[in-house]
Formats: sequence, C-alpha cells, structure tokens
Amino acid sequence: MMAKINPKRTPMKEQAPQVRRRNFDEVPFGYTPEEAKTEAQRCLQCKKPGCVAGCPVQVDIPGFIRHIAEGNFLEAMKVMKRTNVLPAICGRVCPQEVQCEGACVLGKKMEPVAIGNLERFIADWEATQPECVQCEIMPPTGKRVAVIGSGPAGLTLAGDMRKLGHEVTIFEALHKPGGVLMYGIPEFRLPKAIVEREVNFVRSMGVKLELNYVVGKLKTVDELLNEFDAVFVGTGAGLPLFMNIPGENYLGVYSANEYLTRSNLMKAYLFPQYDTPIVRGKNVAVVGGGNVAMDAARTALRLGAERSILIYRRSREEMPARAAEIHHAEEEGVEFQLLTNPVRYLADENGWVKEVECIRMELGEPDASGRRRPVPVPGSEFRIPVDTVVIAIGNSPNPLIPQTTTGLEISKRGTIVVDPETGRTSKKGVFAGGDIVTGAATVILAMGAGRIAARSMDEYLRTGKW
Amino acid sequence: MVKILKKETLASRVKRMELDAPEIARKAQPGQFVVLRINESGERIPLTIADARAGDGVLVIVFQEVGKSTMLLGTLNEGDGIMDLIGPLGKPTEIEKFGTVVCVAGGVGTPEIYPVARALRQAGNRVIGIIGFRNRDLILMEAEMRQVVDELLVCTDDGSYGTKGLVTDLLQEVIDRGEKINRCFAVGPVIMMKMVSLLTQKYGIPTIVSLNPIMLDATGMCGVCRVEVDGETKFACVDGPEFDGHKVNFDLLMARLKTYIQEERQAVELFRQSQAGCKCGGKGGA
Repeated sequence: MMAKINPKRTPMKEQAPQVRRRNFDEVPFGYTPEEAKTEAQRCLQCKKPGCVAGCPVQVDIPGFIRHIAEGNFLEAMKVMKRTNVLPAICGRVCPQEVQCEGACVLGKKMEPVAIGNLERFIADWEATQPECVQCEIMPPTGKRVAVIGSGPAGLTLAGDMRKLGHEVTIFEALHKPGGVLMYGIPEFRLPKAIVEREVNFVRSMGVKLELNYVVGKLKTVDELLNEFDAVFVGTGAGLPLFMNIPGENYLGVYSANEYLTRSNLMKAYLFPQYDTPIVRGKNVAVVGGGNVAMDAARTALRLGAERSILIYRRSREEMPARAAEIHHAEEEGVEFQLLTNPVRYLADENGWVKEVECIRMELGEPDASGRRRPVPVPGSEFRIPVDTVVIAIGNSPNPLIPQTTTGLEISKRGTIVVDPETGRTSKKGVFAGGDIVTGAATVILAMGAGRIAARSMDEYLRTGKW
Repeated sequence: MVKILKKETLASRVKRMELDAPEIARKAQPGQFVVLRINESGERIPLTIADARAGDGVLVIVFQEVGKSTMLLGTLNEGDGIMDLIGPLGKPTEIEKFGTVVCVAGGVGTPEIYPVARALRQAGNRVIGIIGFRNRDLILMEAEMRQVVDELLVCTDDGSYGTKGLVTDLLQEVIDRGEKINRCFAVGPVIMMKMVSLLTQKYGIPTIVSLNPIMLDATGMCGVCRVEVDGETKFACVDGPEFDGHKVNFDLLMARLKTYIQEERQAVELFRQSQAGCKCGGKGGA
C-alpha cells in the first residue's frame, strides 16, 4: 500500500535573497540525502513515463529516481551516466518546467516531481565520493572524430562518440573548456568548479582537448577532414545582436556576451586580483527577457548596483527565461519594466551613457512565434537614469566556420543548415548542432543536438554512407 | 605554456619577444594578431603579429609597456612561459600589386606595419615607408624597415632624429613631390591614423588602417571591439582589424578606448607597488 503522496515537492534550501544578491556563491544549497529520498518517493514510476519523452537526451528518469528513493545513490548515478555525462550541469540549468517536469503525471493535480533537483543531487553526491562512476567504453574502432567547441553540444557528442569506441579530439577557441557554461552562465547559477568537474569526467573517458585552438584560423574544417573521419561543429553563439538604435556604442553599453564573459570567464568581479576590469554600475539597465538577461541583471546586483532594471518589450507571460530565474531575479530586487522598449541612449560629455529613453508597448496580434506582437504606444516615451546598459537580445551565429568552410550550406540568418534527424550538414563528414544551427537556444537543446548527431555520426563511420 | 625563446629591448619600454608557436607561425599572415594571457589571473590582450617564421616555428611580438599586463609581460625572460596564446586572428591584409604604396607607422605601429610592407614589396609594389616617433630614444626597427621598402622616411616630434615633424608632414611631402600613390596603409596611434586618413581623403588615395579597440575573446563572440565604419557597426576581431580609413569613426574609437582608464591606472599603481616590494626598508629586518 503506497503512502499518500505529498502534493508539494520537497523544497530546496537556498541563500536568502538579501544575502545572495551581494555574493557570487551558488543560490540553492542542494538536497540532503534525506530530502532527496523523500522527494524521489513522490515518483509514481509510470510505465510509460512522459518525463523521459520530454527530455531532449532521454535520461531514464524513473530509473535513477527509483534508486534514489531506495537510497542506492551509486546505482542511480550509473543509470544517469548511461545517457547523460553532464548531470550536475543539467540539473541546474535545464528548463525542466517545459521538459521532464512539464510532462510529469503528478503535475496534473499537484506539483510535479522535482526531477532537476534530484538530478543535481545525485551528481553532487557523486562528487563527494572518492571515485566517480566510469562509463563503459567500447573497443577502439580506429575512427577519429574532431569536435569544434567544448560547449554543451560538443561535450555531449564527444562523450557519446568516445563511449562508442571512437577517438575524439575537442578543439576549443577559448582558454578554458565549457563554452557558454564557462563564459555565459554565472557562478551563482552554475559554479565553474562543477563545469570543470564534468569536463574532466569527459576527459577521463579519453577525450582529448585542445584549448586556444581557433578552427577556421589555425586550421579549417576542410583541413581537419584530412586528419579526421568526421567533424562536428558546435561553435555556438557568435556576435551579439544590437537593436540598431542611437547610442548603442556609448561607453558603458555592453552586450550581455561581453558583460558575462568579463564576469564569468575572466572573473572581473574579483578585479584587481584578476586583471580584467568591469564597470560596476550603480544604475544598470538590462534589455531582454531571457535567461541571459536574468543572469546579467543579477550579476549587476552582485557587482554592487543600487538599481538593476530589466527592460522587456512584452509581458511577463512571454518571457523566455526559466521560471526559477525570473523568480530569483525578482526576489533579489531586480526591477521589471515590462511592455517597455528602449528607443535611444543619451550620453554625457565624455560619451558615457547616462539615460535610456524608453517607450511603452502594448500587445497586438500574435506574430510568427505565436506570441503577441508588442506595439509601441505613441507619446509614452520616458527616460531612466543609468550608467551601465547590458543588451541581452540574442546573438547571431559565430561566423568563423561558415566563412572558412567550403561546401557548407548556410541559412540567411548565418546558421549552419542540417537535417534535424541526423545533424548532417550539406558537406560529407561534417555534422553540426547547438546554437550554430538553431540560433541562441538552451544548454539542453544543444546537448540533445549533440546526442542526435552522435548517433548519426557513428552510423556514418561504420557504414560510410552519407 | 608558450615558451619565450628570445627577448630584447628595442627602445625605452618597448620589447620584442620571439615565442615558440609553430602552429600559429605556420598560418600567420601580415595584418593578423594574436591574443595572449600571461597567467591564471591575467586578462586577454591582443597584439599584432610583428613577424612569423614558419621554418623554425617562431612568432614575434613587439609591445610597449603601457598597462599592467604589458608591464608584467616585460618582466618575463627567455625561457619563461606565457600561459595562453591564441591566433592567428583577424583578416589578413589584402596584399596585391597596387603600384606605389605608402606604409605609414607611428611608434609601436612600426613593427606592426613591417610584415605588411615586406609582403607588399614582395607582391611587386614600390613601397615608401614613413615612420615617426616622439624622439630619438623611441626609434625602433629603422634598419629592418629599410630592408623591406624602396624608400624610408623617418621623423621625430622633437627633431632629435630625422625630419622634425609628424608622419603626416612627410606624407604631404611625398604627395607634393608628385608621387602617384595607389594605396596607403597606416598603423599607429588612433589620432595618427585619423590624421593620415583625413589627408589621403583630400587626394583620393585609398587608405587602410589597422584598428586596435578593446578586445576580450577576439573570436567573434563578445562584441566589445565594435567600431563604426561608414555609419555601420563592425566587429574588429572578425570583420577587421583593417578597415577603410576614410569611413572609420575614429572619435568613437578613441572614446571607447578610455572605458577602463580608471581601472587601468589602479592596476598599474598596484603593479608598481608590488614590484617595489615591501616598504620596510631592510633585507629581512628585525
């Protein structure tokens, strides 16, 4: 006889908003083993689990949760690593509410199982153990695979291909591996030590990693194809988009890519112990409504901002950010200027931004994205005093590979065109996935693309059929 | 780690280093740059490639000690390592047979224009070099430049060596003597590139400048290196670093280069203190 299910999920303890808004430590503390078991016992162990179907990398969710419920954490981790070599990252950054948890049957009448929290728990538990669970590696196939970019897409593909016995080398342009996990997502949301740990796990499987290696400059994809049997392009987001309104090049106006890279990858929040500087604005405006905008607005608070104002042209319902990020930002005191859009920036005599002029918006008919199109309200202009602005409205794909590779079909938006079922590009032996294919999206979608491409790449290497 | 094979001082606060970087040296072309990071807490600094020898895998950089990172770099010696070196980055200089070209450089722009001038000469151009410095102590690479140009003109601001005046004065002289100049290349301080561009614009001489905005990743991701060219935003790291000098908004570039002026001063001050050591005044003290 099953015990009555608690309609509420087990809460995860976290730093109080007033404390955490001024430090870079991770916000949630994670579950204790007891909390994890309690939460895992809420899972109904569905025969046809919706959660697995909702997961882009098809983690055996009921499988690992059952082991947690029984207190058998080692077994839980073994199940996890069969499908996901980056669980500590996924548990923290996946938009679970629209994926696994969104499909949880409990969610129909009560709160769904906190799958993300459990995934995070099991990965963090493993980190406290003397040894980590190793993946089974198939016998060597003699095939060589080059992976360009060590972000979520590249790491996932690298792990999958290595498990299948192929020799894998990752080429990373930056001085640290992890891509957006390292330069984009802040320490308080995804500690860099965790990224390093999961990257090191992939390396421990025998994946080689070449840092400071800019493919397209040092070697082209065409040249790599002379040395490798297949190439995966996972170069991610490229140049930041701007709105092309007056004043965007004033001093103090950042792209989110720059602002976050300074703070995260270069540790500018520790200036002058670290050499890279960052402007510590008092009144910071962040433009955008996605996860990156939330990250920037919350980083601004931690850098000492008195006001961190998020300017978004639609309403809260349309915000693409994870629910948890919006909630955390609000708790920490980020001010939301919704249905508002910047029209120009004004600067002082030295060219430093001092005000942003905005206009109010209202929602009209739905556009191509299905969201209601924001329309300016005439005569509603107003100004907000600022000394720092961060533009977080997305990126265009990184141009280096498209510019330097022959025979690669590129879309009008600059993304690499692939068959979504296989990740195959128009060029034989070349696969692609992640933001370079989709435009700016999420970590888990990039991982899913890496998984799909790996399956197809393995088939190609075995059969030679394109 | 990238090993420093050779180090020499070219002029006051200007140093030249040969780095062991065979892969980059094999690929580097004139006009391209590298990014380096000295140590774990270091920033990523862009430096133009002064020379690259594919044969022995040597990459040459020349830098002026102006900020904390370049000062720290200057304290490193032969045999020491630099943690990270990334490159070659940026688009190479467009090298063609144009006819007569003038290569103008100011200060540490000289080592940057050196490989460009050499390549232009090899491509069959008649190359006139114009290099300018504040004074005779700051002159560098004069002999090397002479090797790769047909004619070299040197000036100093104070007249302590060569012609007294600015590079634009010498350029004006070359124009005035009736040279038909097919293209001009300018590398150096922003104000110098601006003045050169204003001058050549009057005479309709196509002019290429090499811009040096603040950079971070320098691989087409962060967007800090944005410059305005012909009213449009361009990214120097992937669209440049070379642009049509007649279309660049130099004033914006000069303003943006001052973004971190306070932080740079603070870092230099702290570095000087650390180099001066403790202030207790004794060897070991009581």
